[in-house]
Parts: sequence; structure tokens; C-alpha cells
Amino acid sequence: MMQSEPRALQLNEQGQLKHFLTLDGLDKTILTEILDRADSFLSMGEQSVKKVPLLRGKTVVNLFFENSTRTRTTFELAAKRLSADVINLDIATSATSKGESLLDTLKNLEAMQSDMFVVRHGDSGAAHFIAEHCTPNVAIINAGDGRHAHPTQAMLDMLTIRRHKGPFEGLKVAIVGDILHSRVARSQIHALTTLGVEEIRLVGPKTLVPDLFEDTGVTICHELQAGLTDVDVIVMLRLQKERMQGALLPSESEFYRLYGLTAETMAWAKPDAIVMHPGPINRGVEIASEVADGPHSVILNQVTNGIAVRMAVMSMAMSGQVQSREYAESKASEMALGEEI
Amino acid sequence: MNLDIDRALSALADNLVEHCQKKQITNPIVVGIHSGGVWVAERILSQLATQEALATLDITFYRDDFSRMGLHPKVKQTVLPPTEDRHVILIDDVLMSGRTIRAAMNEIFDFGRPASISLAILYDLHQAELPIHADAVGEVINLSATQRIKLSGPSPLVVNVVESA
Repeated sequence: MMQSEPRALQLNEQGQLKHFLTLDGLDKTILTEILDRADSFLSMGEQSVKKVPLLRGKTVVNLFFENSTRTRTTFELAAKRLSADVINLDIATSATSKGESLLDTLKNLEAMQSDMFVVRHGDSGAAHFIAEHCTPNVAIINAGDGRHAHPTQAMLDMLTIRRHKGPFEGLKVAIVGDILHSRVARSQIHALTTLGVEEIRLVGPKTLVPDLFEDTGVTICHELQAGLTDVDVIVMLRLQKERMQGALLPSESEFYRLYGLTAETMAWAKPDAIVMHPGPINRGVEIASEVADGPHSVILNQVTNGIAVRMAVMSMAMSGQVQSREYAESKASEMALGEEI
Repeated sequence: MNLDIDRALSALADNLVEHCQKKQITNPIVVGIHSGGVWVAERILSQLATQEALATLDITFYRDDFSRMGLHPKVKQTVLPPTEDRHVILIDDVLMSGRTIRAAMNEIFDFGRPASISLAILYDLHQAELPIHADAVGEVINLSATQRIKLSGPSPLVVNVVESA
């Protein structure tokens, strides 16, 4: 099936976000706007009521076809802090498991007058598919699809980097671990490139960091020392344990010995480097506890920033939907006027 | 129409000082509403008896027209100390419908319950759509239906009456 261009699908006539499916095709201006808006929401933490009325009266449906308590919870909290009503749909026990098609389920949710779907799906392109087949009045936010994209995770990482390290220009960033299977890494590479970091290094064994990534303009390192030397930011990825049994990796202990982030290997990076991880952490597999809990770690800041970024994306997409509808209505009335004349 | 902004600023400061004396308001939190209100507040802060730094409010997330107009593209930072049991003086450049002030009060209450809120306005257009009035005013202006006030700043601070599109 042919899919429309992500940029055309995501942006309205005024170039504003109306869905958030992928970072592919989004320019620096819009990524910076997301970060600036997220900064405004972060400062809300100083209020005694940590809630604003922006999405009051709107209904947000968390449509999770793949389990992820952490991501679902942060989206739920973000929507609630925007005063939306939130429905969590557990697909494992819902109609799709009884044979109803995805499109039938969507049509039912649309008929309930939902305003936004937050979609997590194991198949790449699922959020895109839903955005194409849904009524245009519903904003679709991709909360992770297959190996394809996890744009809000990448943007919360960008917010964390900007808050700790300032402007992106001149920064060296290492992404370490299972790049091959990581939708987070794919989105991070897009975001870091667009925002103008000096160098992105992908670090890991050849089985998990194949040469095909060179096309994205990154540096590939199969040695941890080469990858970490003088970097400002280290992004550790979660190693999925099921891959240890396959041919891709010999064992957890072997991976930790070669690519694990410890106090010793951390010393190769700049003295003020920050350490990030999308979670959940496998302690002693990709990262040592002393580093995960140490002074360089900003892993818990990422969680806080995640709520602000999701609030920013949700409010911007809803705003883009409103503007798009207004535009369509004004065009329709212009046409009607033309017919009358 | 020729507007003397210095005269209006001076009158606003005098009326506000008088209001604070009458209400026995001491050491208030002075809050400017972005952007014009902040510029006006910066001009008159030194004449008010307060130890507090100027606080600023961006009411973008509290507007009542989000579902019609969408999100304002530029959101500035709200910087407000705890307002619990404090006297707050809210300053804006123009009072028209009163909707901005309603939104500002909603936001202030999300920071705590103040002892009181007073409203100081540089130009009151007397076009209220809500039961909101200013406690201190620089100047009352009557405009025709096609006119509106435009404040430019921060330096120099200039006011113009423009024909609305």
C-alpha cells in the first residue's frame, strides 16, 4: 500500500503540526518550537495546581496495541495535566482480539467523538496507517511503532540534552547498544541531525550496528573507547534480553564487558558528559548501577521532561487540528459564495 | 487620536499608590501580563512600595478561545512566586473585554490563594464583556468600532490608535 509523505500528512495548510507520527520531514523550526513549548510546561511544576485548561472538554484515547506501562502513564499524565478526558484502551482484552478489524475499532472510537489517539503498535507504520484512515478531525500521536519511530521519546531526549548542555551545535553524542532494533535510535538520529549536533556516533557490535546506518551521516564505532572519547552526551539503549539467545550476541556478560557503561569506560567521555537511557534499565547489562545512579546520570530528568514534551506535542497537534478545520470551513464558505454569485 | 503615554503612566502610578493606601496593601506581588502589561509594570514598579521583583504572567494556556483560535505561537515564561495569602497587583496595558484578566486570575489561583487581587490598567476602553473592572486606570478611552489600541515596546514604549482590519 502506498503511504502519503509524512510531512504532508503531519502538517496542516499553515505548516503547523496536526499529527505527530515521525520526525522525518520536520524541520528545525518545528522541533525547536516543541522544545520551547515543553520548557513552558516544565515551569508549570512550580504551581500548586499542575494543570492547565487547554484540552478541557477534549477526549484522548490511549490506544496501546503493545504493552508499555511507563510510556502510557506519561501520556496519560500529560493529557490529564492539559485537562483532557483520557481513556486507556487495553487492546489485548478489546474487540480486536475478538476478531474486529483495526478500522472497525477506529470507527467506533471516532463515533465516541474522540479528539486524539495516542497509538503504540508493534508494526512499523501503524500510526501512519491510522492517520490516513481516520477522520481528519482526530489528531494521531505516535507513541512508538515497530522498529520505525518513537518521536516523543527522541524529543524528550533532545529537551534533556538542551537543558543540560545548551545549544546543539558543537555537541558530540554517542548512542550505544542495539541500534538495529531501536526505533528510539532512529528518531534520535533524525532529531540530532536536524538540530545540528557536530557529531553522532553509533556504538556497538557489527550485528547490532550495521554499516547501512552510514548513509545517515553518522560515525560508526565498533569499539567503545573510540565511541566514547570526548563525547558530551552518552545515550545508552536498552538491550532486549530475547536477542541474547539469538546469533546477534554471545551473552549478557560478554556485551557488558565490551560495551557496558561503567565508571572506568565513562572516563573516556568529557568530564561533564551526561548519561541518558530511555528505560527500563538493565543494570549490569548495558550500564553499571554506579553510573545509572551517579552524578552524570540524567535518566530521571528524562522522565520528567517526557511529560512536558508530550504536553507540548498534544497541545500543538490539537491546535493544528483546530486551525486546519477553520481553514477548511473558510474555503468551503468561499466556494459556496462563489456558487451563489 | 493623540495619546500621551507618559501622562497615562503617571496617572496610573498615582491612582495605584492611592488604591494601595486606601486598601492598606503593603509589599504586594506586582504581576505584569505579557507583553504590554510587563512593559507598563516595569515603568511604574519603582513607585510602588514593594520588596518583590516584578512577576510576569503569560496567559496563553488559560485562554478561553483555544477551541476556536488554536494555540498562540509564542508562549513566554510565567514567573510568579507563591501567592498564598499575598496581595497581588495585576497590571495590563489595555482592558477591553475582560477575558485576558479572567484567564490571568485563573492562572494566579493555580499558584495559590492570594489575599487579594487588584487590577491596574493603562488604557480602559470600557468594552467589558465580563463583570471585571480596574481598580486603578491611567486613562479611559472611547474608540469607534473599527479602532483599537496598539502598544509597542519595550523601549521606546509607544502607543497608537490603529484601524482594525
